[in-house]
Amino acid sequence: MQRRDRRLLIAGCLALAGLFVVPWYNFYPGLLSTEWLGSFPLGADVAPAVVQLFEVGRWWLLPYVVPVILAGLAFATSDQTKRANLLIWAGAIGISWFLLEGFSIGLRGWNFSFLAAIFRDLPEGQSAKGLGGGLFALASLLLLSFGLAERGAMRGDAFIVGAIIILIALVATFVIYPIASIFIGAFQTFTGAFDSTAFVRNITDPAIWSLDCLVGPRSCGVAWRTLTLALCTAAGTTVLGLAFALVATRTRFPFKRGLRLITVLPIITPPFVIGLALILLFGRSGVITEFVADLLGLEAGRWLYGLTGIWIAQMLSFTPIAFLVLIGVVEGVSPAMEEASQTLRADRSRTFWTVSLPLMRSGIANAFLIGFIESMADFGNPLVLGASQGVLSTEIFFAVVGAQNDPARAAVLALVLLTFTLTAFFIQRAWLKGKDFTTITGKADSGIHAGLSPQMAATCYALVVPWLIFTLTVYAMIMFGGFVRTWGLDHTFTLEHFAQAFSVVVDASGIRWTGVAWDSFWTTMEIAALAAPLTAAVGLLAAYLIVRQKFWGKQVFEFALMLSFAIPGTVIGISYVLAFNLPPIELTGTAAILVICFVFRNMPVGVRGGIAAMSQLDKSLDEASLTLGARSSTTLRRVILPLLRPAIFSALVYSFVRSITSISAVIFLVSAQYNMATAYIVGLVENGEYGVAIAYSAALIVVMIGIIASFQLLVGRRRLRREDRVAQRKAGAVAATPRERTI
Amino acid sequence: MSFEIRPGAVRFVGIRKAFGDFVAIRDLNLEIEAGQLVTLLGPSGCGKTTTLRMLAGLEQPTAGRILIGGRDVTTFPANERDVSMVFQSYALFPHMTVGENVAYGLVSTGVGKKDAAARAEDALELVGLGGFAKRLPSELSGGQQQRVAVARALVLEPQVLLLDEPLSNLDARLRRQVRTEIRELQQRLGFTAVYVTHDQEEALAVSDRIVVMADGEIAQIGTPRELYEEPASAFIADFIGEANVVPCTVTTVEAGIAHFNIESLSHSAPSHRATPGKAQLAVRPNAIRIGEPGSDPGLQGRIMSAAYLGDHVEYEIETPVGRLFAIDPAVERIHPVESEVRLSLRNRGVAVIPQ
Repeated sequence: MQRRDRRLLIAGCLALAGLFVVPWYNFYPGLLSTEWLGSFPLGADVAPAVVQLFEVGRWWLLPYVVPVILAGLAFATSDQTKRANLLIWAGAIGISWFLLEGFSIGLRGWNFSFLAAIFRDLPEGQSAKGLGGGLFALASLLLLSFGLAERGAMRGDAFIVGAIIILIALVATFVIYPIASIFIGAFQTFTGAFDSTAFVRNITDPAIWSLDCLVGPRSCGVAWRTLTLALCTAAGTTVLGLAFALVATRTRFPFKRGLRLITVLPIITPPFVIGLALILLFGRSGVITEFVADLLGLEAGRWLYGLTGIWIAQMLSFTPIAFLVLIGVVEGVSPAMEEASQTLRADRSRTFWTVSLPLMRSGIANAFLIGFIESMADFGNPLVLGASQGVLSTEIFFAVVGAQNDPARAAVLALVLLTFTLTAFFIQRAWLKGKDFTTITGKADSGIHAGLSPQMAATCYALVVPWLIFTLTVYAMIMFGGFVRTWGLDHTFTLEHFAQAFSVVVDASGIRWTGVAWDSFWTTMEIAALAAPLTAAVGLLAAYLIVRQKFWGKQVFEFALMLSFAIPGTVIGISYVLAFNLPPIELTGTAAILVICFVFRNMPVGVRGGIAAMSQLDKSLDEASLTLGARSSTTLRRVILPLLRPAIFSALVYSFVRSITSISAVIFLVSAQYNMATAYIVGLVENGEYGVAIAYSAALIVVMIGIIASFQLLVGRRRLRREDRVAQRKAGAVAATPRERTI
Repeated sequence: MSFEIRPGAVRFVGIRKAFGDFVAIRDLNLEIEAGQLVTLLGPSGCGKTTTLRMLAGLEQPTAGRILIGGRDVTTFPANERDVSMVFQSYALFPHMTVGENVAYGLVSTGVGKKDAAARAEDALELVGLGGFAKRLPSELSGGQQQRVAVARALVLEPQVLLLDEPLSNLDARLRRQVRTEIRELQQRLGFTAVYVTHDQEEALAVSDRIVVMADGEIAQIGTPRELYEEPASAFIADFIGEANVVPCTVTTVEAGIAHFNIESLSHSAPSHRATPGKAQLAVRPNAIRIGEPGSDPGLQGRIMSAAYLGDHVEYEIETPVGRLFAIDPAVERIHPVESEVRLSLRNRGVAVIPQ
């Protein structure tokens, strides 16, 4: 049998299985329980589509036979053009009707009153699509892809066409549809009816936009508070990050390698942990607060709770990110430029201000915007430290879970937050376009970076050293805070917090995980382990399509993928709740929604890593494989993937670790059955159980360090792009100094 | 075992290729006979590599048809065409051994692993690399890698072998050796080969026929000798071997010989379709004879620069028809700069370019 016939047969079987064999709808308690087999196939909730159609009277399932008939005709015909067109029609009709009836008919019948007015009332509604519906939708997409490929799309390569169409469908379902749901949610009342007055009331709410703080004692609107905080954080982290980067690359600082290690911190630190440690240090009963109070006889204040505290926590959290970005920028400035400047009689300080710094300009702007977006998106620190002075991300949360329970307000706040971050994202893209002066070529760039002038070096040290000590103190607090009975009151050593969280009993019946943390710990590990390979697979496939294939709408595709990087987790969380709580897709409360959320949130990093790695691979390797008779799927499997092994590993580890530390989106999506570690710790903090919370956090950090370290050992230390040449020139640099003075 | 290659002919019919607004190839019609080695030659950006990649199936033509061995393959993907390609970078898979590289195409097209390995070894033997199958490509020299790439392409016994600047990553000495090897292999096995290069010397050395391309069009097709001795345009004359292009007046054409004047100099050369009247003359640098001033009637000249290069001297000479570049084998006596000379032409190396 020919290949194109075989694949058509497979797609046809999928469609038929979806219609005739497996349950069409989603049902409680789900496929993994075996109870449903008892009432299969005639029970109204577990029946396949064909039974639903004839026995239950869900007549709107009838049109699904059309794609099957068309595909059958295509299989029988020998005319190639006719066959391709039939397949395209089959796929297009299948997926269109799937969307149309899915969105039109909900749990209680027609979703839109005008449809109810036109057609008769339905005997009953329908629940969300299940396995059968999913299989049928997949089969439709495959038929469409095969048709397009046989018409000559993508040089006739069905694998590529299929991959593109399925990825587009996934991104549309799990990135674009949820965001669209926010827009719709903003205009809906509690009962689901369209109502623009609620939107107008919410969007003009003085609690969001008030500027009272400029003229009086009352506080400003939450939008302005968030914006101010983000600008301050972005400015602060950029300055500190640049100082760190300069110290790490342009001075003879003794602990440079250790300095670089702190770039790992934000990856392994759950975002609210810094806030938690700050409370233990500076809170009302914090160590330093008590100490100062004793010393000066001052009354302990609540100054930490509010924007100041959040700002400090964000500075601690995000400075390493700015450092990571800027270290690449500072190293990226070609040493030849600086050497040229010096031979043109500029001293080191002049070289820095007139050559090096302008060349880093776009990188610095990039770091600023990243800091801005991170601060806007931060949820953990404001949640712990915000108290009454919340920011947008926490306000969104409290609008849904708190006493307010007002999804429309949450949607409006999410829109405001999204507008801010997307604006920053667009500015970043526009700014970076064609302005990247740093030299990241494959060429071996010889030469030595100019060291900092003594004044500059002193300034950088003055910023870096105290901040480094502060950071280390905070992390020491996190690591050892769990061993103290009660902070501020009783500083005796204890293991009780760890015991409470992680106790294990071994008895006759085997191992029993009696600690309170184990449940959420294992759930977290399982979900992260499920999400990581999916993230890597989807990310690298997308990267392959972006780097290696040309197709219509590719730029939009790439943009949509990268966009989810700029969407704050809180917005993702609320959007998933709004989108996947009702038919046609119902996922809330399942483990699947957590896995999907992680896959699409962490995917941009996988895509970017994949793009970077794949751009390094000579395109002629793929082409050689193709001209040697291998299909593109074979090429991907046998040539590209083996060569991308390091990128795959790092995508796996990154997405695994990120899934463990994530909180902002997750907190909306966890359920009693599937609770995640971070959400559980936040719960502990809200109950004031700081000891267990900090003990659990420390354990998580240790686990993640273990994972990253074993990965590093496995793959070997990644080689830095350029060697640290400032250090090697110790003798030369000393000798050069007096000469410079005389010039 | 012996390689059974059944060479196929190639036809491009009305091929056009545009990348957005940029037209890389406009209306290309070309036939390549089975068993010939045909070179696509031209400056960078002339469309020669695009032509090759369309033949391989790596680019889709905007319009037109491509036939290989009489079969229309225009809509076929690369992996279903009976051609294979040697890449400029060789594109050896770095994670596979030499043997796995050569066997890759066989395994991909359904040949059993053992059989494929045996045939790969034969192919390596053919290019003089027997016993190298276990090595990694990175353990081979540049020349050896190049031969592995050839073996990997030939083992599939393609109707047409495509070579995209196969020598450009080798040093000058090795280049000469490898190009001789490729030519020998092609003559021995008799496959059709399409060879892309921008190096005219390489093209002259290996080709049965050369297709010179410029700006997405064919400028001239011919054997190496035809191109060198009968250039169809000033561009060809200058591109295939260096040439001074000077204006001349053809006085008479008789018995295939054209008589012409350049200022005060009279000479004759094979006419090649030239007619009396204004024309251009391609003068190879070594066709200029440099004499003492005031000797036989010739072209007045003044030496502007002279460079001694061991076995010859290169001169730049200012004349009434422009500055000429000349090569003189007489190294024993170098004309000093600023000295006046009188130029005449030798019989070989002069060609009339019809207007």
